[in-house]
Amino acid sequence: MLNTILLTLAKSIDYDVLSSAKNKELETNEKWGLAEESEYFANKVKLYRQDKLNADEFRRFRLQNGAYGSRLNSEFSMIRIKVPGGDITPTQLEKVASLSESFSIGSAHVSTRQNIQLHWVQLEDVSEVFRGLAEVGLTSREACGNTIRNVMCSHFAGVCPNEPFDTTPYAKAIARFFLRNPICQNLPRKFKFNFSCCPEHGYVRIADVGLVPTVRDGVRGFRVYLGGGLGAASFIGHLLEEFTPESRLLSTSIATIRLYDRLGNRENLARNRMRYLVSEIGWEKFQGLLLKERILVEATISIPTRKSYDGFLNTGDLNNISISSTSTKSKITLPVINSNSGDTPYTRWLNTNVVAQKQSGYYSVYITLGAGDITSSQLRIFAECIREFSLEKKARTTPQQNFLVRYIKADQLPKVFQKLSGNGLGNPGANTIVSTVGCSGTTSCNLAITNSHRLAKEIQSKFLELNVDLDKDFVDSSIKISGCPNSCGQHEVATIGFYGGATRIGTSMVPIYTMLFAGSTGENGELGKAIMRVPAKKVLDVVLKIFEHFKKERTGNEKLNEWIYKISNGNGPGEIKNVDDMKNLLLPIIELPAFSTAPDFYKDYGTDTNFVAKTARGECAA
Amino acid sequence: MRCLSKSIKRKKNDVKVKVKVKSKIVNKRVKSKANPPSTPSLNFVCDIDTLRTLIKKNKVRVVDVRKRDEYLKGHIKTAASLPLAELLSNDDPESIINILNNLGISDDTLVVIYDDTFGALASRVAWSFKFVGHRNVALLEVTYDNWKKLGLEIERKSNKYSKVSHSIDIDYSIFADAEYIENAQNDTNKIIIDSRERLNFLTEHIPNSKNIPYTMLRSENSILRNPSELKRFIENRGIDLNNEIITYCGSVGTLSGLAFFALKTAGISNVKLYPKSFKEWKSLGKPKTEFKDANYWDLSAE
Ligand code: HEM
Ligand code: SF4
Repeated sequence: MLNTILLTLAKSIDYDVLSSAKNKELETNEKWGLAEESEYFANKVKLYRQDKLNADEFRRFRLQNGAYGSRLNSEFSMIRIKVPGGDITPTQLEKVASLSESFSIGSAHVSTRQNIQLHWVQLEDVSEVFRGLAEVGLTSREACGNTIRNVMCSHFAGVCPNEPFDTTPYAKAIARFFLRNPICQNLPRKFKFNFSCCPEHGYVRIADVGLVPTVRDGVRGFRVYLGGGLGAASFIGHLLEEFTPESRLLSTSIATIRLYDRLGNRENLARNRMRYLVSEIGWEKFQGLLLKERILVEATISIPTRKSYDGFLNTGDLNNISISSTSTKSKITLPVINSNSGDTPYTRWLNTNVVAQKQSGYYSVYITLGAGDITSSQLRIFAECIREFSLEKKARTTPQQNFLVRYIKADQLPKVFQKLSGNGLGNPGANTIVSTVGCSGTTSCNLAITNSHRLAKEIQSKFLELNVDLDKDFVDSSIKISGCPNSCGQHEVATIGFYGGATRIGTSMVPIYTMLFAGSTGENGELGKAIMRVPAKKVLDVVLKIFEHFKKERTGNEKLNEWIYKISNGNGPGEIKNVDDMKNLLLPIIELPAFSTAPDFYKDYGTDTNFVAKTARGECAA
Repeated sequence: MRCLSKSIKRKKNDVKVKVKVKSKIVNKRVKSKANPPSTPSLNFVCDIDTLRTLIKKNKVRVVDVRKRDEYLKGHIKTAASLPLAELLSNDDPESIINILNNLGISDDTLVVIYDDTFGALASRVAWSFKFVGHRNVALLEVTYDNWKKLGLEIERKSNKYSKVSHSIDIDYSIFADAEYIENAQNDTNKIIIDSRERLNFLTEHIPNSKNIPYTMLRSENSILRNPSELKRFIENRGIDLNNEIITYCGSVGTLSGLAFFALKTAGISNVKLYPKSFKEWKSLGKPKTEFKDANYWDLSAE
């Protein structure tokens, strides 16, 4: 017996060598996933395959569990893994890596709402992915469908020099409270919460509920914005009241959801987001109803309900590391490391991908991805990197489809760069226009008209080739691309945005993008304005032409986003004063050569056949 | 993560002890102290402990199917070298018998095969041996790289064994050719499985085939997942254990060879390999199903 034990011990040492995930960190993230939901899903798939469950019912079930149908091929699904607050551990990333390798395409995709998506998973394997996710505490439950989608939180929350407090625990408590909560299982339509860390960072004006933290008389609270959202018709959210104390966060959220659930449009698929309700009945009326509803909620909320939320909030707080920070009175911009010396790959990266935290001596590092895509082996390297170098041993997904690793000490930065760049993860340009955003487009989405995903990658690699990241004028500007007007790529909050469409030129169909100017995020975020249409294969030329004139005409140290903003408001400092001037400048460039001489201009990226716009049921509101 | 629990099947005194190993390999059957029977048999996959015991007792022919220079740099103790390319260049039954003879493998020799390519090359060789009538052949549960990382016995000397004479007994029940596939296409009891990766499958595949990418079959530490998991995958797909399955892959039957063994361990009794696979299928100009309505390749970060 003793012998067996000794043998076992000896073996355990041996076999551990094989385990790539040795020295696993203590699991610091909450458990969102439930193993039994995997089995349940597998059974539903079987029933559906045996025609014992009708297609509509199955679709609703599938979406509620986080699986979209793939483009023009219902045998496959896209699984949207929720990452509440964008917060994810190395172990979770490693699991995503192996699930992608086993059941998807060997790459995973970071989305504009901080989810991680696995594409082209066979419907029959979806339950296996769920099983794996639950093993590491993740879930895709309620990542799609008419319910509360992933709760976003600024990736700087906790490290931002301008934040009054860390909003991450609140974002997670809200996510936790509403996940599987009966009050939001069948809303008229999807519902989105976005938390920011400060007025600048965060997507608070384009969410159903957007929250900016603030402190009044020593009390934590929020400025709550309601009824914003992007889509074929977009709206900017309205401020509910000057100050909502944190003690009323839960009741305000519940009241909003109840009101929407009761009054929201359940008939018209295209007008059933809360923003339409707000615009139909008018903001003042909505606001009045909401404040009344909140009183009702507060009078009737049960102690256990309140307690469960408080419990979630407290565990969230405990999970966060706290390092004393230098307190800030006046607003400062996130300092970026500036090395000045030359343009080696390392210094280029330092300049655009490394940001100083409010905790002195600590830095946050961006991983610039191409339209959010990362391979399984890169995910594993990245996970090792987090374990090795980040004090909090976690990472955040960002709405620019990148990752941010935080709490890295200055002297570790060269090693971090070495590790990342050795594996294709060291591209510069994260906080500049180089980091182009693209929705999934025709790579997987049923509604897509154009290959926005590939276009985003093309632009990014062109910019890297042209060293655009080295030019400080392009910091804080962005290009975001959607493959149709639905805005999943958030083109309306980009410096230069594009959404895909189709048109006829001569006798041929052509993929074409509508270009928008001067959208922005943050508490003062504005929606972009449509400028003109640009054929897909001319987008790069157009953008480069805009750059050229920007360089010629801007005043002083004006950055691209500032110049574009002026033009879209008719105050251009140079020859190009307004949108019409801009159009006139660009019209000659968008002219296509004759089809017979240059057929490629009429095709979309990634396809060698003639362009056709094909779409199918989008499932955006099942 | 568990490794496959199989090992020597004994007629008597089969003592099963569950050994809980802290790490990845649990549920292993440990051999009794009784003398092993003279001709044990192997069941598709051989675990590390069993192979080590067999090597010590000199009761196994270990075959290394990596390239020759890799073999010369170091290989599992007692292993003989048979680079896959050598087998593929002459894979008619007579040549395979000849190979067996040269490796000193006679009808009742236990054979364990390994590679450094997640078991795919080993599978193709093991399948060939089965095809010409060698019964006792199994894949090593780990790759050479893992064996080495575990610090297990390796050596550099080239092993040669004296020539023997193996009988020939071709097993057509595990073989399929293009014509067979064509006939199976519309037979609901026969299922054609494409073992290539998802994006290749989406691009083009044999009409009516289903995709089980080879990447689904392995676990973190073993070339194959445990049988219950593999069985679940198959059941999820609505495949019955009584269905006949034919596997193919891109070119020479390696990835699909691995699928062959995975399906066998999962309990499917009737599995066939189409060794010439999609490469031949295309060269014969047979019909393919293509999917051109999506730009899925652009999602890959490769
Ligand atoms: C009419 C249908 C749809 C509408 C109106 C719509 C709208 C949106 C909007 C506005 C966002 C943006 C971000 C935000 O709110 O901050 C978003 C996110 C997204 N949507 Fe859609 N969408 C629709 C259908 C689809 C479909 C069919 C797919 C593909 C299967 C898809 C994939 C995505 C992805 C990948 C994101 C990224 C963000 C996330 O993780 O949620 N959408 N959608
Ligand atoms: S914007 Fe359009 S193309 Fe892009 S993911 Fe959304 S629905 Fe699909």
